[in-house]
Amino acid sequence: MSQSSKKNHIFLKHTADVKFQAFGKTPEKCFENAACALKEILTSQRIKTIKTKKISCKGKDFESLLYNFLEEFLFLLNSKNFIFSKIKKIDIEIQKKQYKITAEIQGDSSKNYQIKTDIKAITYNDMFVKFDDKTKKYACQVVVDV
Amino acid sequence: MNKNPKMTKETNTSWTLERESDMNAEVRIFADDNLIKKMQEDATIKQSKNMAKLLGVLEPVVVLADAHQGYGACIGGVSAMDLEKGVISPGQIGYDIDCSVRLLKTNLKLADIKGKEKILVENLFKAVPSGVGRGGKITVSRKELDEVLKKGASWAVEKGYGLKEDLPKLEDKGCLVPCNSEDVSERAKKRGIGQLGTLGSGNHFLEVGVVDEIYNENTAKVFGLEKNQITIMIHCGSRGLGHQVASDYIKLMEEEYGYPEFDRELVNAPINSELGKKYFSAMNCAANFAFANKQIITHLVRENLKKIFPKIKIDVVYEVCHNIAKMENYEIKDKKFNSKKEKRVLVMRKGATRSFGPGRKEIPEEYRKVGQPVLIPGSMGTASYVLVGTKKAEEISWGSTVHGAGRVKSRTVSSKQSKGAEIKQALSKKGIEVMSESLEGLAEEAPDAYKDIDDVVKVVDEAGISKKVARLKPLIVIKG
Repeated sequence: MSQSSKKNHIFLKHTADVKFQAFGKTPEKCFENAACALKEILTSQRIKTIKTKKISCKGKDFESLLYNFLEEFLFLLNSKNFIFSKIKKIDIEIQKKQYKITAEIQGDSSKNYQIKTDIKAITYNDMFVKFDDKTKKYACQVVVDV
Repeated sequence: MNKNPKMTKETNTSWTLERESDMNAEVRIFADDNLIKKMQEDATIKQSKNMAKLLGVLEPVVVLADAHQGYGACIGGVSAMDLEKGVISPGQIGYDIDCSVRLLKTNLKLADIKGKEKILVENLFKAVPSGVGRGGKITVSRKELDEVLKKGASWAVEKGYGLKEDLPKLEDKGCLVPCNSEDVSERAKKRGIGQLGTLGSGNHFLEVGVVDEIYNENTAKVFGLEKNQITIMIHCGSRGLGHQVASDYIKLMEEEYGYPEFDRELVNAPINSELGKKYFSAMNCAANFAFANKQIITHLVRENLKKIFPKIKIDVVYEVCHNIAKMENYEIKDKKFNSKKEKRVLVMRKGATRSFGPGRKEIPEEYRKVGQPVLIPGSMGTASYVLVGTKKAEEISWGSTVHGAGRVKSRTVSSKQSKGAEIKQALSKKGIEVMSESLEGLAEEAPDAYKDIDDVVKVVDEAGISKKVARLKPLIVIKG
């Protein structure tokens, strides 16, 4: 894990779908890097920052929060033809088992880019979000259905 | 827990996985020595054991020759559930609800399209969009989308996309019931509304092929297939709408019933519960979206090919569902009394095809005396097969057979444009023209990423759960 911990995210082997891990010093950074991995699956092109969107999602643990957060990007791509470029602000609030994430994301119309893979869904398969004592970083793992 | 459950080879093409204490049924695997080895290399076997842990599952859980690791249930996994005690699980059906295949036949022969391959591939590529990140050309209102979800393929025919004669040739005539569009979330509808008439990406495709081998003259004739005939195969599903239906109900079921310790993805609800019924209805709506989607694509193909071949006639051979749950009747043996009894069960097929034998009322009248057409797409650049369903499948595999070649290689996410270009060129040399939205996507679907379709089909033919009728050789492939 020592090598991979230097990277923000890594892709792992999976037969049918795509599996990745993302890392960050804070849960926010870890989630942001997971979103970047998701974008890398969708396209290898550089996305311009033309539009800004606010998103917010809830969950009852870190895993369901991550699932709902990443799903929001698929929803925006399918329903609004929006692909994100970067995350401007991101904040996670935890209150009595209620997890909430709010973010301001920037991006562009997906019609201007080549989408190489359509992600069907985020899955709970092998998913985790945890603090790694060795690297002193948060790490998450996600398998997406493509 | 025993990590290596006892696996017994029953025949050259089937294996039994012993029932362990936490399993409610044994597992029957259809594979030869080589295919079983491949299954043991990933989580297929473990996932099939988890399928057998679900409540109300009937014996046996079935794993088909093309099976590979999925999430929750393995892809190529079939479970039949008792309607009273059983559960329904989105993870045993798949995110791409009713990812399915439609086969069209034409009055063209191989000689008719020789030399026109490049024009054809370019035309069809423009006519049938992948829709990924862009949406499709067909726009419907929200109210109309509800009609799509209620009526399936017949909605499309009513709107002028296709012919009335197409409908009887589709599994369940292109409309699954019950289907209350209110059971589909707004979010799912928003993801799907712009995607009607689009292929999607990944393993989805449109393929022009030629019948290059007939194995069963009589059945081929009944299906209207003959040597050197040009066919068209469409492989796609319910797009973002179906994906969202699965995600929505996974969350709702988790809130209501929690999730099984052995796999969060096998979250489920009793078939009889309010939530179980709602999911079944929403899943049917998604399947109806997929039926309408393929009906529109059929229309786009017809209109487009007419420009090149004014006298072309294109008819539907059949359409089969790959990711679906269905209520079906089976003769079930009562071991105690050594008798048989007809029982209605819920069959969940994930990456599997229904394979009914002769006589079933679910089969179109024209085909009923020979059995249901089974359509098995190959991987890009390899042959596809038309098989016919059998009584034996109804007896030993819950009326199911394989759905394709099955992946063996991992996907990777690194940029592989050059590999995509190489594959395109290599296929062109073999006489197969390919066009894809993205060269990188093309690289992901390289033929060597899949098991050998010929091996997979050989196993199910030998096992008797579907029999070979014809082989289709690809000529033109449009990838999403």
